[in-house]
Amino acid sequence: MTVAIIQFGGSNCDNDVLHVLQNVLGIDAELVWYKEEKLDGYEAVVIPGGFSYGDYLRSGAIASRTPIMESVRKLADNGKPVMGICNGFQILTESGLLDGALTTNSYPKFKCEWSYLKVENTNTHFTSMYEKGQVIRIPIAHKDGKYYHDDISLQQLEDNKQVVFRYVDEKGNPTEAVNPNGSRNNIAGITNRMGNILGMMPHPERASETIIGSDDGLLMFKSMVEAGWK
Amino acid sequence: MLYEAEVTINLKAGMLDPEGTTIKRALGHLGYNTESVKSTKRYVIELNAESEENARGLVDQMCQKLIANPIIHDYSIDLREIE
Repeated sequence: MTVAIIQFGGSNCDNDVLHVLQNVLGIDAELVWYKEEKLDGYEAVVIPGGFSYGDYLRSGAIASRTPIMESVRKLADNGKPVMGICNGFQILTESGLLDGALTTNSYPKFKCEWSYLKVENTNTHFTSMYEKGQVIRIPIAHKDGKYYHDDISLQQLEDNKQVVFRYVDEKGNPTEAVNPNGSRNNIAGITNRMGNILGMMPHPERASETIIGSDDGLLMFKSMVEAGWK
Repeated sequence: MLYEAEVTINLKAGMLDPEGTTIKRALGHLGYNTESVKSTKRYVIELNAESEENARGLVDQMCQKLIANPIIHDYSIDLREIE
């Protein structure tokens, strides 16, 4: 099992993800430069955070149109796990692999802080090891993280249980006060209908060792690796 | 023929425009009372095409495939021949 971590010009959380997979979990993982195009031999993909192409045009827009994304699409079509974190989430929505769009935070400022997330659905490739309704502590770091979709599409996402993480308070309530960016329905992360593609604004790789404040993100990578084996 | 297309990208009606809102507030600090401020993005594209219709069609495709995001944006195209 080898996980591909895609690097674009401007990715900057690539080595953090590599560290967690290799050194914390002991999983084979490799950085893959976006010009590689082919992803043969990889069982899972992580698109890490950062500012690919300097966020030119829109966050994630340029990276989402690179040829390697076609290979990511093929791997996802085969049911393999694909995880996009922060800029990776923006790239996945821009590529159409996930629904909706990430827009500028309601208060247009870069926000870097801890957030609490409620695990809304454990029937996905990334949350199978959590308890349904569990509240986990994962930090955010973004300016373009407000999840937006129209009313009808939003309802479909909710009906299909595609909203996998929601910003909540410590007790699990999705209040307006704890919504860091104005995301509709306090959405922090969604999946595709099959549950094998995840996009989320918070950074699980920054919450994978207790020494840095939380290891609540570890189960996400563990769940993904288990799903990738199947 | 060489054409110049000006593409203007707007947030869809009803969407929050944090940049516009922030500028409106700053104008208020300077004593200017405004009803609203909206931010837009404009791209100027030069391209060769057989006809104006052809050029417009190509730029429209560019908008749909890359320059605008249909979930959040409306766009308009102004086209002129420059040669």
